[in-house]
Parts: sequence; C-alpha cells; structure tokens
Amino acid sequence: MTDPTMCVSRRDFARFSLAASAAMLVGGKTARAAAPTGEPIRIGVLHSLSGTMAISETTLKDVILMLVDLQNKKGGVGGRPLEAVVVDPASNWPLYTEKARQLLAVDKVAAVFGCWTSVSRKAVLPVFEELNGILFYPVQYEGQECSRNVFYMGAAPNQQAIPAVDYLLGEDGGSARRFALIGTDYVYPRTTNQILQAYLKQKGIADADVMVSYMPFGQSDWQTTVSQIKAFGSAGKKTAVISTINGDANVPFYKELGAQGIAATDIPVMAFSVGEEELAGMDTKPLVGQLAAWNYFESIDTPANKAFINAWHTFTKSPKRVTNDPMEAHYIGFNLWVQAVEKTGTTDHDKVIAAMVGLKQPNLTGGIAEVLPNHHITKPVYIGEIQDDGQFNVVWQTPQEIPAQAWSPYVPETRNLTGDWRAPISCGNYDTAKKACLGTRHA
Amino acid sequence: MRDIRWRLALATIILTASGYMAVSPVQAQTDTPSAIQRQADQPAAPAPVVAVTPAPDAYSGLASTHFDVIAASIAQIGSQETPQAHDTLKALASHHLFAGNDGHALYIHDGDGWRDVRTGIPASPDPNQVHPVRVNNRVRLALAEVQAGQALVTGTPAQRLAAASRLAEHPDPALLLLVDHALDTSHDAALDATLKRAKAAIILSPGAPVSNPATLLAAVASLRAQGGLTSRAVLAGFAGNETAPTQARDAARHAMASIDRREKIWALGQQAFYGLSLGSVLLLVAMGLAITFGVMGVINMAHGELVMLGAYTTYLVQKGVLAVAPGLSGFTLVLAAPAAFVVCSAIGVLIERSLIRFLYGRPLETLLATWGLSLIIQQAVRSVFGSTNVAVSTPGWLSGAFQLGGMTITMNRLAIMLFAAAVMVALMLVLRRTALGLEMRAVTQNRRMATLMGIRTARVDALTFALGSGVAGLAGVAVSQIDNVSPNLGQGYIIDSFLVVVFGGVGNLWGTLAAAMTLGIGGKTLEPLLGAVSGKILLLVLVIVFIQRCPRGMFPLRGRGIES
Amino acid sequence: MTAGFGFRNVPRIACMVVIVAGFLSLGSLLPDSNPLSVSPFIVTLVGKYLAYAMLAVAVDLVWGFAGILTLGHAAFFALGGYAMGMYLTREIGTRGVYGNPDLPDFMVFLSWKSLPWYWWGSNHILMAIVLVFLVPGILAGLFGWLAFRSRVSGVYLSIVTQALTYALMLAFFQNGLGFGGNNGLTDFKDILGFDLHSQTTRATMLVFSALLLAGTMIGARWLVSGRFGRLLIAVRDAESRTRFLGYRPEQVKLLVWVVSAMIAALGGALYVIQVGIINPGEFAPANSIESVIWVAVGGRGTICGAVIGAVLVNFGKTLLTAWLPEAWLYGLGLLFILTTLFLPEGLMGLGHQVMRRRAEVTPEVTQTEGDAES
Repeated sequence: MTDPTMCVSRRDFARFSLAASAAMLVGGKTARAAAPTGEPIRIGVLHSLSGTMAISETTLKDVILMLVDLQNKKGGVGGRPLEAVVVDPASNWPLYTEKARQLLAVDKVAAVFGCWTSVSRKAVLPVFEELNGILFYPVQYEGQECSRNVFYMGAAPNQQAIPAVDYLLGEDGGSARRFALIGTDYVYPRTTNQILQAYLKQKGIADADVMVSYMPFGQSDWQTTVSQIKAFGSAGKKTAVISTINGDANVPFYKELGAQGIAATDIPVMAFSVGEEELAGMDTKPLVGQLAAWNYFESIDTPANKAFINAWHTFTKSPKRVTNDPMEAHYIGFNLWVQAVEKTGTTDHDKVIAAMVGLKQPNLTGGIAEVLPNHHITKPVYIGEIQDDGQFNVVWQTPQEIPAQAWSPYVPETRNLTGDWRAPISCGNYDTAKKACLGTRHA
Repeated sequence: MRDIRWRLALATIILTASGYMAVSPVQAQTDTPSAIQRQADQPAAPAPVVAVTPAPDAYSGLASTHFDVIAASIAQIGSQETPQAHDTLKALASHHLFAGNDGHALYIHDGDGWRDVRTGIPASPDPNQVHPVRVNNRVRLALAEVQAGQALVTGTPAQRLAAASRLAEHPDPALLLLVDHALDTSHDAALDATLKRAKAAIILSPGAPVSNPATLLAAVASLRAQGGLTSRAVLAGFAGNETAPTQARDAARHAMASIDRREKIWALGQQAFYGLSLGSVLLLVAMGLAITFGVMGVINMAHGELVMLGAYTTYLVQKGVLAVAPGLSGFTLVLAAPAAFVVCSAIGVLIERSLIRFLYGRPLETLLATWGLSLIIQQAVRSVFGSTNVAVSTPGWLSGAFQLGGMTITMNRLAIMLFAAAVMVALMLVLRRTALGLEMRAVTQNRRMATLMGIRTARVDALTFALGSGVAGLAGVAVSQIDNVSPNLGQGYIIDSFLVVVFGGVGNLWGTLAAAMTLGIGGKTLEPLLGAVSGKILLLVLVIVFIQRCPRGMFPLRGRGIES
Repeated sequence: MTAGFGFRNVPRIACMVVIVAGFLSLGSLLPDSNPLSVSPFIVTLVGKYLAYAMLAVAVDLVWGFAGILTLGHAAFFALGGYAMGMYLTREIGTRGVYGNPDLPDFMVFLSWKSLPWYWWGSNHILMAIVLVFLVPGILAGLFGWLAFRSRVSGVYLSIVTQALTYALMLAFFQNGLGFGGNNGLTDFKDILGFDLHSQTTRATMLVFSALLLAGTMIGARWLVSGRFGRLLIAVRDAESRTRFLGYRPEQVKLLVWVVSAMIAALGGALYVIQVGIINPGEFAPANSIESVIWVAVGGRGTICGAVIGAVLVNFGKTLLTAWLPEAWLYGLGLLFILTTLFLPEGLMGLGHQVMRRRAEVTPEVTQTEGDAES
C-alpha cells in the first residue's frame, strides 16, 4: 500500500478460515478522513492493477481514490465518510467475476466503479444482476446492452462513432469518400463497424469503398496493414481510416504510420480508443493532425476542467499525469451516485437505482450529463486533432449534448429495441413494435 | 513579363481555393500591404488609435473560428509578396500566431514577445482575449499548398525540388501556371523531370483546366512511366471522371493496369522486406534466449522482462541525455545500446548468482523460478515507472522512409535489421573467436568433461548468462523503437522467442537465425492471404508439425552431452 | 518413485475434500443468522478451486508420473469448458438480450442466420458430456501420437504444448470461429432446468465437484500404482532402457496423456458451471504455467500435492488480490522462487522429509537421467 491517502478497508473474512484470520492480523489499518463521522460507506473499485489492462485501468482506480478523498474532505456523503475497497482482478475475466462477487457479497459495497473491456463487463454482469449491485462503467462501448444494475457513463456508438464519420464526410474533415475500418477483433470494433457500415451505405458510400480489417489483440507488427491502407488510398478518392484498435496495439500502429510517412493531411486516421493516456507513450510529432473522437479532452479550457486537472496533479503528486475521457466518466458517475445517495438518504441499491434516472451533473467540459431512462447519459461529442505536445486540439463539437441510444437503429435486430427502467416499462430491451419486453424483466 | 505571369498565377490560387472570396472585400488585398509597408517603415510613430470596428482585410479571416474561412485567408495571404505575409504564415506553421476574440486582431507570439501582425509593432494583448489561430488538417493543407507555391517561385533549388515533388504527389490545379512558370525558368534536369511529373499529375487531377486529348494522353503516358501509388491514384481519379475524353480515360485504365502489374512485383519485394524486418525483431529477442536457453539449458521465463528492462534503460538514457546534453539527443540510441547491455548483463549476473546457480541440473525448476521472477520484475517496473507506457522517441535519422523502386523502406526497420545483423556477427565472434566462447562451447557440449579439463564452469555459467541477458537488453533498445514501452512488453515476446529457439534447434545460433527469418517471412507471406490471426495460427501449426517430424529443430546440435 | 507421503494419503485427502465440501454446502444453505452459515461467495470460490485442483491432478499425472512437462494443459481445460459452455449457452434460450430462441446473442449480433454445424446437438447435456471428453481427448490423442512417436521430449515438448495452447487461444479470439470471440460464453441461466444462481444448485455443484475430484484422485492413484504405474515410472526415469527391455514407451505415455487431458477437460467443465464464464483467456500460456506451479508448490508426483497446491495458491491469490492489490504479484513471484529453491519437492516433500527423509536412499543416477529427460 504505497499511497497513504488510500482508504482500503480490510474485509470481513472472518468466516473464511484460520489462515484468513491470521493474515488479517498482518493487514493494515483503515485510513479515514477526519471530518465526517458515522459508519463509512464502502464503494468498490474493480479495475485491473496488473496484467495487460493495468496500462489503462490503474489510472481509473487512482481517480476514484481521488474523488473519494475530495468527497471526504467535503464532509463525505450524508455525513458519512466514504471508504474505497480496491481489489485487483488482474486482467483475468473470471477473476472479475470472483472479485465482483466479493465486493457485493462480502464487502457489501454501496456501488462499484469498474471494468474497462466489454468482456470484463459481460463477465460481471450476471453477478451484479443476481446480487442487485450497482456498477458504474466508465468506458465508451459498443452499446447493445442495457442492464438495470449498470450505469453506462461512457459513450454509446451514437455518441462517438456517428459524429466522427459525419466530420470526415464533411468539408472540414476532408470530404472523405473511401473508408478503411481497422480494428482489433473483439466485440466493440465489430459492433461499431457494423453500425458504421450501415451508416456509410446510407450516406451513399459504395461497399467497394469500405475496407474492413481486424487484427488480433496486442498486434505489434502493422507493416502489412499500413501498406494495405496506403494501397487502398490510391484509388483516386479521399480516403480516411477509422480505427477501433484497442489500447496497447495503438502505439506500434501509429509508429508504423509515422514511419511509412502517412500524414494526416493525406489519409487521416480517426480513432475511438486513443486518448491522452495512450499518446503519453508516443512521440506525436509524426502524428499531428490525426483525429480522435471523445466526449472529453484534457485540453478543453473550462474552469471545472482546470480544477479537475489541478486536483489530479495534486493527488498524484505529478504534474505530468494526463487526464482522459474515462476519467471524466468516473467523475460524472461518482458525482451522480453521490447525488442519488444524498437525495434518497440511503445507500439501498433499489432506491438509488430508482433515484438515478433524471439526475443531472455538469460535465467538466461544459454542458450537462443527464441520466436517461436507459441508464446511459447525455454527452457532448468532441473531435480532436493530435498536436505535437501529446494533447488534442478540438476541431469540432456537437452544438448540444447527444442522448445515448443503448440499442442501435442501424443493426436490424435491435432497430425496435429501447431501454426504459422507469416504472411502467421497467425493461432493458423493450421491443416497441411488439410492445413486449424481451429477455428478463425486473420485477 | 515573367513577373506578371506568376502574379497572375497566384491570383488564380485565390480564385480557385477560396469560396470565401465571394464575400470578402477583394480590394484590401492590394491596398493593405503597401499600407503596412509604410507603417513598418516608421516604427517610431505611435500606433494609430484602433477604430471601433476595424475593416476586415485579408488577415482577419485568420481570426475566424471557421476552418474554411481560415483556409481561404491563408490562400489570400499567400498571394501577397510581403514580409508580413511570409512571417504570418511561418508563425502559423509554428503555432506562434494568435487571434483576438474580436475576430480581427492578430498577434505573433514568439521568443521576442507579442507583436501585432499587421503593423509589426510590439503589443500587449490581454491573454484572455486571444486564442491560437485555429488549425486543422484543412488549414494545414492550405498552408502547405501556399508554401509549396511560394517555394516553387522564390525558394532555393532544394526547396523548389521539394515543392515540385510535393506537387507531383498532391496535384493542385491552382498551381498549374506556377508549374509552367517554374518549368520555363528551370535549368536543372532533376527539377525539370519532377516538374513535368507534377504537371502531368495536375493536368489529370479533378478541377484542372480542360486540356486537349493529346496533352492528356502525354500526361497519362508520363504517369504510367512514373508508376507508383500516387500516380495510380491520379489515374484512377481521372479514369472515373466522366467528362474527360474516352480515349484518354481508356489509356488511363491501361496505365493503371500496367502500374498494378508492376506494383504486384514490387509488392513481393515489399513483403520480403516486411518479413525480414519481422524476422530481425524475432532474431533479436530470441538471440539472448538462444544463449541462456540454448547454451546453458536454462528455461528463462524472465527473458522477456530483460528485453523490457532494456527498453526502459533506453527510456532512462534518453531522459538523461535530454536533461544533461540536449544537443546529443539524436545519439541517445547509440548511448542506450551499451547502457542496456551493461544494465541487463549486470541483472543477469545477479539472477544467475542468486537464483539459477542453485537450480542447475533441474531445468524445469528454473522455469518455475524464473516465471516467479518475471512477475516480480514486471510489478517492480510497474511500481517504479507506472503501469502506463513511457515515451521513447525516435531520433530524426531513424524516422521516415525512402522509396526503393516501388518499395517503401522504413528507416527504423532497416536500422533494426542492420542492428540484428551486427549483434549476430558480434555474438558469433564471441562464441568462435574468444576464450570465453571456447569455454562456453565446451561446457555446452560436455559439462563434466569441461570441468575435468579445468574450466571453471561456475564462472562460465555466470558470464554466459550475463551475455544472454545483455543481448536481451540490446533487443529491448530495438523494440523500444517499434512497440509500446510498458511493463507488459516482455510478455508479448516470450512465446515467440522460445518458439524461434526451439524451431531453429537449441544451442545453434545459425538455427536461430534461420528460424527467425522463416517465421518472419512466413508470417508476412501468410498475413495478406489469410489475415493476421489465421496466418499466425497456420504458422504455429506448421511449426508444431515440423517439430514432430524433426524433434530437435532445424539445425540440431550434435554433441555427446546433448544426447541423454 | 516410492510411495511418498502425499501419495499414500490419497484416499484420506480425497475423503477430506468431500467432507469439507459437504460441510460448506450445508453451511451455505443455513440462514445467515446461524453461526455455521457459509457465505455463498465462499461456495463459488471453493467450487472454482476444486475445478483448478482437477486441472492440477491432470498436470501431475503427466508431469509427476510420466515426466512430460506440459505447458499447454490449460488448452484441454478450456476446451472442456467450452464444450460445457455451449450447452449452458443453449440453455439460455429466449432469455438472451435479443430473445432469439435458436441463436446465442453473439451470433445474432454477428448477423448469423443459423447455428454452425459444430453446435449441433449442443442443447443436450449428454452431447455436452460427450464433447467435454471427446474433443480434448481426440486433440490430445492426435498431438500425443505425433509427438511421442517421433520421440519429442523434454523442453521441446514443453514449448510445443505451449505453442498449441497459444494457437488455440488465437483461434478462439476470432469472432468468426463461432464461440463468442473475446467475450466467450457467459450469462448462463440454467443447468438441466435448475437455476444456476440458486443456493441449492451451487451447493449441489460443489458437492458434485468434490465427489468427482475425489474420484479422479483415487482413479489417478489406481492408474499409477499398479503394474502400469511401475512401467510409467520406468519410462519417466529411463525411457531408453525401458524401450530396450521391449516396452513401447510412446504407448504408455500416450495413454496417460489422453487420460490426463480428459481429466483437465472435466475440470474445465466444472469450472464453467461454477464460475459462469469461459473465454479465450483460459487458453493463455500463463494459465498453463500457473497450473504447473500449483503442482510444484504442492509436490510433484503425489496427487495430493497437486490438489493442495492448487487450492492453496489460488486461495492465496484470492486473499492477496483483495488485500494487497498493488503488491500481490511480489508475493506470488516470491512464492514460486522460494518453493523451487527451498522446497524442491513441494509441501508434500516437506511432509515427507519430516516423516522419513533419512530412511530413503535416492539413487543419484536415476535422478540425473530423469531430469535430463523431463
């Protein structure tokens, strides 16, 4: 436990075994902020601190610890201090299941902030539904899901992908007429590309002008793909790449792009998973002008964002740590949860879930995030160009916040689906044509 | 006469490049520069009191928030032959140009402080009332176009050549007259050829003035002879242009087919290059293992972590050089290589002395112990450097690529190939030409006999492990140039390295080389045919089957000690 | 291999496993207020450990008794898991998010129109059970037949098994393969009509797993203790000599190898039922290496050691990932290093040492030769 500000409780493993109790004696003490009194409210932090996903998720754990710290300095929630329970699911999806169960059943946390990959969310979903927990999920994702027990704080495809394509099709984006959709082979790129292909068709782009290619996780040799993109771009039409490449494969991809001399003015690359954190590991000079679509950028100059960045630098004791979109999503989610608990005066899961819909929280970059009946939120969309200092320069933004669509209208099977967890419907996948709830419905 | 002609050309740029022209006052363009000139001549004179609503001029477009307006303004400014215009565009290119929030004021903010763009006199704007001039790809493109146009007319010979090649790749019909003018005045064969290429591309690109069929055919023939993907792109665009003469379009289609045929042949060479470069990376990461595992029989699962530590050493050296002697930053890799070797060798000795030496004769236990060690090293690096990537930059001389016929040779990959070859040669020399190498080979072939001959096997073991670890560190330096530098770096290479060593034949460097290249070229050949994943799976299956046929790899090492 | 401390006690430990599991199951059915009540969290956790223990027994069988160091046994474990996962996926029926009665959600989302042929019959539990044993069995048979016939051994074999599981992992990551890609199979609802999330089902599954594990332990002991067992040890310690004596070592090895793969697959099937998710991550070579480490910690070639090692290491992992989320890898790493350095024969060896270390004579030559080949 390197960080003294962390309030990690020792869990009640009393019934576990002798070994457990022995180890408990070795465990540390609980650090608490002085101001609030009363029994602490526990919240769970379910982010990988080791393994392949540690690279992205460690920061999110730190953000929650910072938010807890700040909240406790403000007097906690309803006079009670907050206590973060941190566990390490080690980038292992079954371990996510185990840890989720532990947080809910053993630690009895009021809410869990966690997960990054879709598979980790899918792995813990049955646990949250069985034990009626609350999960705040901070990452943009493929949509096509709407659970009563999950609050989706990241963007749905219509809050990221569609506006990004609109920008590329427009004059400011270079009027692209040919698209290479490059992604890692998992469910987020597959769904996003499926939606984009339908959307591009609707916009009059022929099938021959769309190239789709999937690469394995952690792909580190992009020579062939980049040269394929180059060849694809030599058909006499303005070409753009839409990248859904996952986290750590991005660095070698961009390094190869730079090495093969593909400039953003020739073939722009629009990425959905590349943020400030990923750029921090790269020399961005050859990448100037490459694009990313997010709902937050660190470079957006608002007082709230400035304060957040300052707090982050103070908390991490490093002025170099960057902030990114999923961090803001946690900020929004955390504050929404605090609001809900203060409004209902309890941490009771059913009451908090019911109170969430309709709550509003100002974004760090301006505008308001409102919790929708489908447990997603409204978000502004920004498109940024990579600058040589590793930050993004916002070149386009939506005039107002866009409400999330959990189910995509561009996927035939889900065209009629909608999620509404308010009283009469109370269903995550409600078929508006059949007027029926598919799957299970919460009583 | 000549002068008039290119001024005319520049005027054409404005007319074609800006839809904004329709609404912007044209007269400002001729009046303002001279006015600015007069003011600039009298710097002592106090600045005139700012009018309530300043009249918009060519520059005010830059203060707009709309990219189309900014781009148009750049085109307009580019046509002005004044130092102000030049400075302004230069400042824009280097992020030093700021605009007032009133949509009119413009300042340059650089090492000399703030000064007004229009008057050139120092200013002190309220920092809250200005913003950097907005830039996006569209603006950058307009800027590059204008700068290419300017370079073509007024640049040094090298700049003119660069501008001409840029034009050949990004044909811009607005610059046709400029190209003609440059062709008239060119006295340089290389420039001439490039300009002709550029002209051919421009004639065929959309929006070019209508040419007669003979000119078009000549242009098509020129591009066909030129070949390459950019020529193909222009031809494809022309072939799809339905207003062009059919004959020329047919010729373009034929030219495309011809280029495609040539590209296909070049693509083979390109693939071979990709394969060799992938093979070199595999060779580099596997060579260290070929020593520790192949020669000593230690299944070092922490090998990947040693590669990772090499990459982190590169990061530290780079950071150190930047802090101490920024002038040397281009040479950090040259310094990082020996540093990584030394650091990793030292760690290697430490590992050998504290852990592995207790496990000789129990090779499978070393697997377990080093696996534990790899977890510890990973977590230690995570604790010290954080779990996110660290940035290792690529020096200028290693970035970019050059064309070799129809092939793109990327500098970093080429360097890695040469580096791998150098390390291979050095290792060979150590093994074949030094006393240590002799002892090492003796110990490999028959440990008991070597001991009896008076070789201090313990010392040889430590040095061998140090050598293998040091080579892993060198691989880390190379890998830092193409991959993430993160605590997970090693995990991505460990399986491949073991496979290379086993496939090649344990204890045989030539086998390692052959295996790395086979896997590299095989992988890169299968990738376009089957896709990256299926290609890799097929390759793995082939290796598995191969090892079933030849259980000791491609080049089994013969020796008494080896046969059990 | 003489009958060691752990080996002799197989029946005793097997009984203990069943008793503890039964005790925990009953405890979990008691109301919360009862002092003997056991949290359902513990039940799922122990269920998972037992599935891992099954994998450890499989690894011990080939490594401890046949001298084949496998770095790819997780592949069989995962294949068994997928076979069971297919059945559980079909059991979801119309309760998936798209409500499609025939196709699993991930196929609907990939716009597939019908089930691929290899999903045929997966809605029957019998078919699932057949597949659990058949698929890994055939794969192991094929692989082993090729490998042992051409006398691939030692480190070569280890690396090749690793390549095998790695290739399978890459294959299963592909969405096009029809097993859910990276997400794998999850969100199961029922097994044989019983709600997977109910306490009774969980408790029953735990007892069932314990019984199967106990049976496997005793079966494994029986397999390696008779005449066949002696032959196996002979092959492990001096393969060439055994061959010269007229035996066919490759056949002996192949049999153990296939049986071991099937045991691993059974572990995988139990794992999926109790953990509720199977995905390509289970094929990761790191998982295979970990399973070898469980055996090493417990004690190689003792069967009981494998079970105890698997349970202890995973129990430690559960505790440490919760208590020291940022430092637990240090602990795990150190455990492996210290075990190999100071407990070459694992915890069972420690027990053995305490019992009667001095009485035993270990022939030096056999030791060396065995190591050169293993």
